[in-house]
Amino acid sequence: MRYALPLGLFVLVVILLAVGLELDPRRVPSPLIGKPLPAFEMETLAEPANMLSRADLDGRPYLLNVWASWCVACRQEHPLLVELARRGTITLIGLNYKDTRADALAWLADRGDPYRLSLFDADGRLGLDLGVYGVPETFFIDAEGIIRHKHIGPLDAGAFERDIAPLIERYGDGS
Amino acid sequence: MIAELGHFALVLALAVAVLQTVVPLLGAARGDLVWMALARPAARVQCLLVALAFGALVWAFVANDFSVAYVAQNSNSALPVFYRVSAVWGAHEGSLLLWVLLLGLWTSAVSYRSAGLPPAFVARVIAVMGLVSIGFLLFTLLPSNPFLREIPPPANGADLNPLLQDPGLIIHPPMLYTGYVGFSVAFAFAVAGLLGGHLDSAWARWARPWTLLAWAFLTVGIALGSWWAYYELGWGGWWFWDPVENASFMPWLIGTALIHSLAASEKRDVFKSWTVLLAIAAFGLSLLGTFLVRSGVLTSVHAFATDPARGVFILAFLGVIVGGALALYAWRGPGTLRGADYALTSRETFLLANSVLLSVATATVLLGTLYPLALDALGLGKISVGPPYFNAVFVPLMAPLLVLVGLGQEAHWKRDRLARLARPLRYPLIGTLVFVTGAVMMLDPGHRLEAWLGLALATWVVAATAGAIVQRCRARRQPWFALFTLPPAFLGQCLAHVGFAVTVVGVTLVSLYGIDKHVRMAVGDVTELAGVQFEFVGAHELEGPNYTGTAARFAVRRDGALLTELQAEKRIYTVRGMPMTEAGIAPGLTRDLYVALGESLEDGSWSVRLSAKPFVRWLWLGALLMAAGALLASRDPRFRRARARRPATLPGDDGARRAQG
Repeated sequence: MRYALPLGLFVLVVILLAVGLELDPRRVPSPLIGKPLPAFEMETLAEPANMLSRADLDGRPYLLNVWASWCVACRQEHPLLVELARRGTITLIGLNYKDTRADALAWLADRGDPYRLSLFDADGRLGLDLGVYGVPETFFIDAEGIIRHKHIGPLDAGAFERDIAPLIERYGDGS
Repeated sequence: MIAELGHFALVLALAVAVLQTVVPLLGAARGDLVWMALARPAARVQCLLVALAFGALVWAFVANDFSVAYVAQNSNSALPVFYRVSAVWGAHEGSLLLWVLLLGLWTSAVSYRSAGLPPAFVARVIAVMGLVSIGFLLFTLLPSNPFLREIPPPANGADLNPLLQDPGLIIHPPMLYTGYVGFSVAFAFAVAGLLGGHLDSAWARWARPWTLLAWAFLTVGIALGSWWAYYELGWGGWWFWDPVENASFMPWLIGTALIHSLAASEKRDVFKSWTVLLAIAAFGLSLLGTFLVRSGVLTSVHAFATDPARGVFILAFLGVIVGGALALYAWRGPGTLRGADYALTSRETFLLANSVLLSVATATVLLGTLYPLALDALGLGKISVGPPYFNAVFVPLMAPLLVLVGLGQEAHWKRDRLARLARPLRYPLIGTLVFVTGAVMMLDPGHRLEAWLGLALATWVVAATAGAIVQRCRARRQPWFALFTLPPAFLGQCLAHVGFAVTVVGVTLVSLYGIDKHVRMAVGDVTELAGVQFEFVGAHELEGPNYTGTAARFAVRRDGALLTELQAEKRIYTVRGMPMTEAGIAPGLTRDLYVALGESLEDGSWSVRLSAKPFVRWLWLGALLMAAGALLASRDPRFRRARARRPATLPGDDGARRAQG
């Protein structure tokens, strides 16, 4: 019997690990959830002269998508964003992160521009305030400018349906 | 084209690995020598094919082929060429390929260095290693293929993670993996022994050099990782009890228990059941480490590529390999693993205590690593277990271990008496007490108990080791000449034990007497720390191949005399926009001086971290001595002589399940 004991213990550990796989340690609730979007004063990607602040975006819910032309994973989620914009599912605001204007505009010209506008965060200041630690990241922000959800990594249809669609249901789609 | 060739070679390697597993296993079961003989050539061909695939990936990196997605994600044309080569194992897919390559190399090595072993045994060992290889090849080809193309290719790559752009990181992963994968040999020996129903002292003798070698690599790998963290992460720590560090530490602890248990199994035919279990556990923990790092189950600074789909795969694989081995153990163990008798006071007992202590230590580390996961799985919330837990439970387990090292070296096999044991040990004991009390009073008038204890235990190990050498030599007719004829296995043992003591000295002193100071410094400012003055001489801009940044120079003086100049850097890696710290370190045998640059402040001054780290080098020096000892011991000619003496053919040793004495 004692020879079977290690097997029993091992089975327990494997069960624990299997359950652990179902959990997502990255789904650490962001401290910003339920807080307003940090204040900023930032030019848009398309027009350097156009300075926007937080208040300019308030009034309707939107997705704030952090992206960059150097980000390989952004290419992966981009078709989904274009599709969302085409269907008018929700307003998308881009946050172009640590990028150059020429590269970013060329990138959008190549792949389609799903964003109503993109903020141009060349030095990553707003990204820092938002606690961005990898691009892409996507935030759902409601009409009052409160952050309701944060998605880390490329957005896919599954995550969109699971996490974001219910929020659109609840807070409206911005139209 | 080259990438596709690599991909194709990998698919072929998988096919050969299937042959390498199935045919020799069937051959061994049926007693068919021809089928068994397929094992060796299959292993070598498989290794060659994986090497081709690996070469293709290296080529893709060196040639900046950014149409290969993995290259695009982890390299950049501005990256210096040696980092482009090491970027091959800079992320998940490539490190897996390295894993498979190393497994192939170990298997080939077994195929070349197993001439005197029974064919059925060799066939089973190579087949088991082939099975492991199948799992990892599938894992590489399916959820983590490094050869996938990205069309159209990006103009340039996303660069290698700047944390990994460091000479230490070129060699740390290969060393660590060589150690991890090396434990697959001991594992395969254990499984082959269980399958054949034949585990005797010869089995332990064959397994010993392989295990020692794997352990030596793992030791160097862990030491390199610790050294890298010390100078690269910028806050002067050398061990963080991070889940990924624990993942490499657990196989090391169990591997340490294994090499001691194997020694007893070989010399005295005891603890076979323990030894087999430890061999399975050492490799199982290596796989578990891979799982923890790669699956995203635990968060860690190291887990740079995590993906639940991969986690499912590794977990299933872990279940098959380790679960299968443990089931085999439960089934075949009762008839196979009875051993010889020994008295309570004997070297066997001390070695058993050593195994138990190390296993308990491993269990505490495993518990601390998995506990947050367990709580989360039970819905009790997210917590993290930090260094306080590990230090509180781990250190008290190491103290008795050090006492045992001294006792175990002196004790006789099979039967000893405490009264006899006390005689040769009294000089080391008296020497230790006198030396350490003097040293602590001189170093530290406030003599802290922990410092006294740590130094005393380390000195005890060294003194007892010296005593053991003297004992050995005095037993010969010409003691001085005998010193040069001691067997390598014994000398290696002594070297490794001294290395352990050296590491303990380092850990004790740097933990108790290391000092840090965070200050704000402008050019011209002087700060005093540990009896020396650090002057901020000036700062200038840096322009590297793929980074820019600031370098700050510090002059270190003692009473006005210049000791050394240090340069601390803050680099921004342009492609990823990631800031990195390069600490300025003046290394010394008894003390490191350490300067790291923090943030630049508005008025042109900098936040600076100054540290004095007494005896920190001894940590890694001790690890190198341990590895050198294991290497020396693995070269002992006895392991090879004994192998050649065995009868060359023992076909169908299934039936040879004789009762072991």
